[in-house]
Amino acid sequence: MIPELGHFALILALLLSAVQAGFSLTGAARANPVWMSAGLSAARGQFVFTGIAFLCLGYAFYANDFSVLYVASNSNSALPLQYRLAAIWGGHEGSMLLWTTTLALWTVAVTVFSRHLPEVFRARLLGTMGLISIGFLAFILFSSNPFDRLIPAALDGRDLNPLLQDAGMVYHPPVLYMGYVGFSVAFGFAIAALLGGELTPEWARWTRTWTTVAWMFLTVGIAFGSKWAYYELGWGGWWFWDAVENASFMPWLVGTALIHSLAVTEKRDAFKLWTVLLAIFAFSLSLLGTFLVRSGVLTSVHAFATDPRRGLFILVFLGLVVGGALTLFAFRAPRVGLGGKFGMVSRESFLLTNNVILIAAAGAVMLGTLYPLFLDALGMGKISVGPPYFDTVFVPVMMPAIFLMGLAIFARWKNADLPALAIRLKWAFAVSVVTALLLPLVMGKWTPLVALGLLMALWIITTALISLSDRLKKRETGWLRSIIGLPSAYQGMIVAHLGVAVFIVGVTMVKGYEVEQDMRMSPGDTVQVGGYDFKFDGISELPGPNYTAALGHFSVTRNGKPVAEMKPEKRMYTVQTMPMTEAAISPGLFHDLYLSLGEPVSDKAWAVRIYIKPFVQWIWFGCLMMAAGGLLALLDPRYRRRNKAQEGDAA
Amino acid sequence: MMRKTLAAVLLVLPLLVMAEARPLGEDPAVEARLKALSTELRCLVCQNQTLSDSSAPLAEDLRREIRELIAKGMTDKEITEYLVARYGDFVRYRPPVKSQTLLLWVGPTVLLLAGLGGLWWVLRKRNSLLPDENDNENGEEA
Amino acid sequence: MKPMLKYLLPLAIFMVLVGFFAVGLKLDPREVPSPLVDKPAPAFRLPVLNEAGKTFAPEDMRGKVWLLNVWASWCGACREEHPLLMEMSRSGAVPLVGLDYKDTDAEGTGVLSQAGNPYQVVVTDADGRVGIDYGVYGVPETYVIDKAGVIRYKQIGPITEESMRTKIMPLVKGLQ
Repeated sequence: MIPELGHFALILALLLSAVQAGFSLTGAARANPVWMSAGLSAARGQFVFTGIAFLCLGYAFYANDFSVLYVASNSNSALPLQYRLAAIWGGHEGSMLLWTTTLALWTVAVTVFSRHLPEVFRARLLGTMGLISIGFLAFILFSSNPFDRLIPAALDGRDLNPLLQDAGMVYHPPVLYMGYVGFSVAFGFAIAALLGGELTPEWARWTRTWTTVAWMFLTVGIAFGSKWAYYELGWGGWWFWDAVENASFMPWLVGTALIHSLAVTEKRDAFKLWTVLLAIFAFSLSLLGTFLVRSGVLTSVHAFATDPRRGLFILVFLGLVVGGALTLFAFRAPRVGLGGKFGMVSRESFLLTNNVILIAAAGAVMLGTLYPLFLDALGMGKISVGPPYFDTVFVPVMMPAIFLMGLAIFARWKNADLPALAIRLKWAFAVSVVTALLLPLVMGKWTPLVALGLLMALWIITTALISLSDRLKKRETGWLRSIIGLPSAYQGMIVAHLGVAVFIVGVTMVKGYEVEQDMRMSPGDTVQVGGYDFKFDGISELPGPNYTAALGHFSVTRNGKPVAEMKPEKRMYTVQTMPMTEAAISPGLFHDLYLSLGEPVSDKAWAVRIYIKPFVQWIWFGCLMMAAGGLLALLDPRYRRRNKAQEGDAA
Repeated sequence: MMRKTLAAVLLVLPLLVMAEARPLGEDPAVEARLKALSTELRCLVCQNQTLSDSSAPLAEDLRREIRELIAKGMTDKEITEYLVARYGDFVRYRPPVKSQTLLLWVGPTVLLLAGLGGLWWVLRKRNSLLPDENDNENGEEA
Repeated sequence: MKPMLKYLLPLAIFMVLVGFFAVGLKLDPREVPSPLVDKPAPAFRLPVLNEAGKTFAPEDMRGKVWLLNVWASWCGACREEHPLLMEMSRSGAVPLVGLDYKDTDAEGTGVLSQAGNPYQVVVTDADGRVGIDYGVYGVPETYVIDKAGVIRYKQIGPITEESMRTKIMPLVKGLQ
């Protein structure tokens, strides 16, 4: 009964999203308030029924209803409750429902938080989002229905993939989707502006808020995914440039460019077309990611069970949405004016250069991800493009952007004084270079890449500190109170940029100084790695809810003093008979100790991998700082001001 | 009595030695080269893992093969080409630089330079098109 | 309102991408095409299954068009193509040589006595080294080799009615 209810709710949601789109867009075209209001109500209704459908699927998992094919394929009665619920999005059909529910959530948020928007504009925004909802709901109903029955019902389910039975599965997809899907709001803002034919600075201010929230979620979502891979996969890797990882990174890069571009449009009423195009671009990349993961066009560890027929549906949808947006852009673009003037060297031009660099970086990632497809489609052979390519290509492209970060925070609007900037920052540069050159020697190994990474991070940090001290010079109260008193948007910028520096430090140190040892250990054996003594105490049996595990006991000491007890596991899941490694990690501020069990190599001896990973936690902490910066920027009361012109220092 | 003591001593003796764990590979130099090579190669069975990380039987066979080739004195380049001759370029995670991949390798730089060049050109054109507004006004402090 | 051409550029680029994706839907990104096509079949000399002292090498088949079929007892898909191989052997259209990949003699013999032996000769590649030389990455795989000992085609995965009809048999006839 419940699954049928869920199915029916989806049908209602589809109808309501059609009402939402149809009435909103035609109501806006005719300036008919009754129709527009109907569209808004329909949007809310769509959220309600999509939510009901989602809850119904959740209930089916909760109640172990194995007469539902999707539940039987992704769950099992022995699966712990939190994973039974996370299994809602464990497969293709359910994750599409998550996508659609997230879209509905953003839609209803727009209906609630958009009272300050002109009615026609809001209607166009909701109408656009409604069109997207139609596409996804139709896709689910016609080709990926999670409520399909299995008759006769299975006695028990096939279980969720053991790799997914983890806290990471509970957090990563929902948060990631909130970000991914959230760019649909920015997209809607762009389309609404193009339809209306005008772009005001207010438009930039409104769009910036919504985009920043989506960007925050995406940042945290990607960080979750990376951290999860780190402790789950057993070899301490945290980014593989896998097609699906790239599919989430490209919107992030473009989203970052968009946030910065919106600052220019807002402040100077300039580059509006470019900003609109970026908003379209960011969401297009989200849709592209959805296509890539589910169509079978690229190999990926994340790819869902693929079906070219479904792939075709998504491709057509992608073509219509993005093609339609870009056609609208082409026709409406000439109408939009050029906006305010600014010098070749100014805050605006720095921000725009940053944009160009971020887009080039996103383009590089796209090139690498899609190139194997291009060659194969042209019959020119089959190649693989993996981490060696991306690592080589990505950093040089991003370096100028990092350098610019230091300059841009001082640059004035309209006209920046480059020579004065150079003088002001020469000590920052000198200190950064010298420290970057000397620090690796202290750490024991000097490589150009490490020095370069440290230089980038130090540059960001020194310039940020100088900027802060400049601001605090004119203060009247103590420095702590002054810092708190600084504009939120400025604080946000500093925190986010420092987050980038922290991230760079993490990546540089881990890649430069990571230590790995593959050992063969029997109980009683000791090995010394990176100054720590690892003693293998033995193996015990550990039964779990749906697996049996061999639990390794390791005591770690340093100079005789106990440091940690580490217990890596080798699990065998009973249903899917899949072996899995659970690494033991002893995290720390300056390094992680990482231990994973390989295979038993003889009666008593096991293959053991020991890693020392310096500064690895800084990678994800840096990401959290970036998101925190975004939050601070959002909280700036100037964003909540209605029709006041911007004055003074906008970040 | 003597026998029992002797037996006891013999049994206890191994425990008195704090055993040092042995590295998994036989020769650290070979293992280091294997690691460097296999992290840049794709496993053809578990296609989303490197040859270094994969536990597929073919991956184990290929790692064994690479060890033997190293022992035979082949260079890294020769070993890679040995595998490419059998499995094609697909097995390399670092795409070769050939005419077909030229666009791939040069693309990012070209994109960046073209973008920066384009921006510069657009800004100049823009500045000449737009009316001057108090050109000497020094912009507001950020 | 006539759009200035430059504003159509993003759309144009996008349509090109969509074109590639549409083509991509028909391709299999996991398939690894063989670089050995149109190259001489790698030489080997392997023991023949259950005939002590006898060996076989590809040069033994010079002057004939033949198929080298890589199979294993632990391979489910091999059972799918087996009936087709039996039929091919009965019709005598083209000689089949089997390469028993990473099996013990007992395992290989077991399968053949159960399901029938379509092969003229079966060789054993117990440690998979010859498989590596041939770029084998899964089973079953089949190579069409011509009279001069050059590999002309590699079938990845089980031979199907369709691939027999449209690719393999026409090629074999052409080479003969």
